[in-house]
Amino acid sequence: MTRTLAQKVWDQHIIAHESDGPDLLHIDFHLIHEVSTPQAFDGLRLAGRKVRRPDLTLATEDHNVPTLNITAPIADPISRLQIEALRKNVEEFGIKIFKLGDAGQGIVHIIGPELGITQPGMTIVCGDSHTATHGAFGALAFGIGTSQVEHVLATQTLPQAKPKMMAVTVNGSLPHGVTAKDLVLNLIAHAGIGGGQGYIVEYRGQAIEELSMEGRMTVCNMSIEWGAKAGLIAPDQKTFDYLEGRKFAPQGDDWPLAVESWKALATDEGAVYDKEIILDASTMSPFVTWGTNPGQGVPLSGVVPSPNDFTDEGEQQAALKALAYMDLTAGEPMRDIEVDAVFIGSCTNGRLEDLRAAAAILEGRHIAANTRLLVVPGSVRVRLEAESEGLDKVFIAAGGEWRGAGCSMCLGMNPDQLAPGERCASTSNRNFEGRQGQGGRTHLVSPAVAAATAVMGRLAAPADLAR
Amino acid sequence: MEKFISHTGTAVPFRQSNVDTDQIIPSEYLKRITRNGFEDGLFAAWRTEENFVLNKEEYKGASILIAGPNFGIGSSREHAVWALQDYGFAVVISPSFADIFRGNAGNAGLVAIVVDHEAVEKLWDIVEDNPTTPVTVDLEARTVSAGEFIVTFQIDDHTRARLLEGQDEIALTLAHAKEIDAYESARPSWRPLIS
Repeated sequence: MTRTLAQKVWDQHIIAHESDGPDLLHIDFHLIHEVSTPQAFDGLRLAGRKVRRPDLTLATEDHNVPTLNITAPIADPISRLQIEALRKNVEEFGIKIFKLGDAGQGIVHIIGPELGITQPGMTIVCGDSHTATHGAFGALAFGIGTSQVEHVLATQTLPQAKPKMMAVTVNGSLPHGVTAKDLVLNLIAHAGIGGGQGYIVEYRGQAIEELSMEGRMTVCNMSIEWGAKAGLIAPDQKTFDYLEGRKFAPQGDDWPLAVESWKALATDEGAVYDKEIILDASTMSPFVTWGTNPGQGVPLSGVVPSPNDFTDEGEQQAALKALAYMDLTAGEPMRDIEVDAVFIGSCTNGRLEDLRAAAAILEGRHIAANTRLLVVPGSVRVRLEAESEGLDKVFIAAGGEWRGAGCSMCLGMNPDQLAPGERCASTSNRNFEGRQGQGGRTHLVSPAVAAATAVMGRLAAPADLAR
Repeated sequence: MEKFISHTGTAVPFRQSNVDTDQIIPSEYLKRITRNGFEDGLFAAWRTEENFVLNKEEYKGASILIAGPNFGIGSSREHAVWALQDYGFAVVISPSFADIFRGNAGNAGLVAIVVDHEAVEKLWDIVEDNPTTPVTVDLEARTVSAGEFIVTFQIDDHTRARLLEGQDEIALTLAHAKEIDAYESARPSWRPLIS
């Protein structure tokens, strides 16, 4: 019987199968952080349970951590308490942690791949909705809630109902200057905010194959933004090249065995998906959001839509509310929208390739007056690599701020927040109301568009700078 | 988890689509390490607006939230479910839920049920017409009723069974301990281990 990539990974992890019930899946690796775990550890203690596999679990501190003065005690007492709770919990249960200040610290979805922990064919979970990032390697990776975190800690398994399978086939090549972020924003606007609900999505086609591993991570990262359970991409030579030699990647005689098994994961010829979406990359252009969910996006060359452009009554209401919150007028060209802040970072676009793309545009230029630029590497490793290439100097010379690693202004759980009414071009993943700070307004963009926007002080693409 | 067989209470007509988790509970409330006491964070930003539906006197004390499609999109934060429960909601009704939210609800004992859009519209009309209308959610019969109106709802069999029995899912899984051991003993040698 022919099977898809996701079906193969799923089948390889079934421990118990009951008809009409969920499958009990083994979880190959569990990434944890400070926000979604304290109540899970409390639950274990209450029930007198242990962590079954501390050796398949890794903790880091990312959501709450400050990106300035990182060697000082955390100023916010509630954040500090949460970080201290994580440290106490991992010590009690014997779990390895990368703390703020450690060379291994960073956003949970950045450090997994960096360390070579994220490998094809694995099941990976984390109490964070952007866990599908790891799907870029052909892993089945998805976000879970705190009850499930407790379940995985206690059992290294999860009962899961099998979702349907969808293919997103992106034919053709992305034009010059159009990136993975533009591709996925385009897809979400096309499919709708709930378009992926109930599906595991396999991204495939020429444009996906041509993406770097970093670009593939950006696409998979945003699977949740259109409701998909997980998103993944068949492993290929790029995947193997990325992994070879990394700390937790297979070593020695294991390497060829691993590669052989990874190659067998690709979707079989003739395998059937429950649904397919086909897109043409060659028609895509820089894409930005105007509203308050990631599906409310248009090409940068476009205008703010009118609620009347939507046929569904619910979407009309949503557009009306979004325009009011975003303080935008229908028909306004996107390129006329001025911003107060630009944020480059997050698990979506906080990797070295993203910083290089932004620095290439900012080199020899300065950001606009009345615009501030915050550059936050996704991990300490990304920060050090960027510094070894001199990217930090480019950002600082352009008038930007170069910070320590963490989630930062993607969700404003640390001091990096927008003030009420401020508008931001952000390389992160969500433009929900108040996401980057209460009353803040977010436009989701690629790193290249973020950098050009910082220079112009309004939404812009790199091509606008050359004119 | 407590058993849930059926529930009767008044309802809030929440005429909004795509309600995201950052609205249900903003991230600043996620810094807490407790399992309860999140009611102050529920819709914290929207509750500052006088006209927000939860601020209306006629819906005070309601225990059933009737929302538009795509309820709970975004984050995996189970705090969104806890905040709804801590505020006093036992049931959320919507034409569709984000997957993680729906899973979290089932695990935490908040009953998240799906009825079609027409039924949601009908329930909104009934409740707006008379906010004191008792709404009954019968998990055994899989029905929602309000006055003369009655409709069958969807919930997956496994979640329904667990809610009816008040089962601890971890205990159910631990009954498979031998199978987990057997599976793990065959795990490929190259898969990562943290030592």
